[in-house]
Amino acid sequence: MSAATTDAIPVAITQPLRSPGYWAGVFKRFKRDKVAVGAGLVVLAIILMAVFADYIAPADPTRSSMLRRLRPIGTPGYPLGADELGRDMLSRLIHGARLSLFMGVVPVFIAFAVGSVIGVSAGFFGGKYNTVTMRTVDIFYAFPSVLLAIALSGALGAGVFNSLLSLTIVFIPPIARIAESVTTQVRSMDYVEAARASGAGPGTIIRVHVLGNVLGPIFVYATSLISVSMILASGLSFLGLGTKPPTPEWGLMLNTLRTAIYVQPWVAALPGAAIFITSISFNLLSDGLRSAMDVKG
Amino acid sequence: MNPASTSTLLVAMENVTVRFRGAQNVHAVNGVSLTLEPGKVLGILGESGSGKSVTLKTLLRLLPESRTDIGGTVIVDGRDVLALGPQELADYRGRATSMIFQDPMLALDPVYTIGEQIAEAIVRHEKISRKAAMQRALELLQLVRIPSPERRLKAYPHEMSGGMRQRAMIALALAARPKLLLADEPTTALDATVQIQILLLLRQLQRDLGMGVIFVTHDIGVAVEVSDRLAVMYAGQIVETGTVRELISDPQHPYTRGLLAANLHGAKKGERLEAIPGAPPALNEPPSSCSFAPRCKHAEDRCRTGLPPAIVLGEGRIVRCTRAEAELAPA
Repeated sequence: MSAATTDAIPVAITQPLRSPGYWAGVFKRFKRDKVAVGAGLVVLAIILMAVFADYIAPADPTRSSMLRRLRPIGTPGYPLGADELGRDMLSRLIHGARLSLFMGVVPVFIAFAVGSVIGVSAGFFGGKYNTVTMRTVDIFYAFPSVLLAIALSGALGAGVFNSLLSLTIVFIPPIARIAESVTTQVRSMDYVEAARASGAGPGTIIRVHVLGNVLGPIFVYATSLISVSMILASGLSFLGLGTKPPTPEWGLMLNTLRTAIYVQPWVAALPGAAIFITSISFNLLSDGLRSAMDVKG
Repeated sequence: MNPASTSTLLVAMENVTVRFRGAQNVHAVNGVSLTLEPGKVLGILGESGSGKSVTLKTLLRLLPESRTDIGGTVIVDGRDVLALGPQELADYRGRATSMIFQDPMLALDPVYTIGEQIAEAIVRHEKISRKAAMQRALELLQLVRIPSPERRLKAYPHEMSGGMRQRAMIALALAARPKLLLADEPTTALDATVQIQILLLLRQLQRDLGMGVIFVTHDIGVAVEVSDRLAVMYAGQIVETGTVRELISDPQHPYTRGLLAANLHGAKKGERLEAIPGAPPALNEPPSSCSFAPRCKHAEDRCRTGLPPAIVLGEGRIVRCTRAEAELAPA
């Protein structure tokens, strides 16, 4: 901010200067955070890996070979070894990123949309509507998220779509709660009263002033849920409630390789490492975003 | 007040009461009547909790409707404010009457540029393009004399100083060319040097644009600086009104006298500043006797048993004190 002002002074006298703006400031602060930038690059690499899996993976992730079961890491032709059915681990990990990322991002994204609508409306309109909505949300929030996800998936039956649905339901309550509390704060700000004093109706106030101030913090919170969602999705697959074999998915791979833990411990640990690296990168990225967006003064 | 004179007035509040419902009711405003002619400045003077801000918000109907009972009549520019429907109210707010707030840092939205906020307010009331609205916003920033207005148009509130923010806030309030401007302690959050600049600006804008202004403050010096007429509020009632000159040179109500005596301007070095003893009353019940009586050194029995009469000493000169009767008698 101070650097921007000093840059601006000589220019300002002759021509109007484009203000660095809020998002430019956020980006600048984010760039200074080395850890967050590193995490962001890792996330980007994983996303690219998932998108171009067909081109990057050295082998077909589903082609099995009974002769090459449980090869150790570094075997020629199998850089990260082979699994219990002799499938190339590297290819399976690369392809597995697709489903894992999908299961991490999509439920959170849907829950972000639904939870924001619930939370913002409850926070803005307040009163009885707030009480009814938020206490309903609290009922769901009272269950531990893992338990709720397992219970819902178990009731709905195994499958990608059902675990997607159950994860979405799990993430709506925390997002709605954050949205409600931020909205309640913003609603009592002077600029909302000032807008009302200048003739803005509730629609304008929500659209312009509430959403403008509230979506940023909710979004940052939602990104921190991506890693949780990935881990939960992997957990569901591990329990046999998510993806079905032979589809490569990290949680499922962890499950099927479980029996090989004494034979090839390093190979068996690889899907877990992939989950760990991805989720910690998402967390660090969201942390960096939070601190970069926090400064408004 | 007769109906004929009401029509030429910009503001006519008649016996307005405001009660907040809750676990404990609060009678914030108890029978306020005031008038304002077009192009004049009325200063409302009072301490915290005297009901001056509530009176101001009543004029825009900004108080939370579900928890507030408002009585009496409020006529602004010929419109019965308390009877407006939702759409009429939206048109009235900002267009006929507009308001500037105490702390411009809080009253400007941090995520939009100044230009965007002013343009938003203009588009709300006038059917013009975004681009034309931005041009108007620039003119408004020039009007409030912000240095390098082209640049400030694209600046965010946190990038500006306190004085500039308050200028921007004034520009925002003037966006739809209101006839009445309400100012709720607009200089309290500012440095002393900036305060006087903002006061002078407000005074000049008011003259240039011919606006009526109601200016609420607890600072008697500020009130004298900008106002044509003053109203002193205490415990939700106007205890004394008159022109600035009348009130300063010949205060009638003991509370007004106390306020003037507690002012630093006339104080001598080494002397103790005179203060009004006691504290304002709680407002859980509507007043049934003089609210100031417990702190008043002239209080008599009748002050404690009944409401003091509103004594008219002259044109627009009203005092709510039994002692003013003596003033009236010889004349």
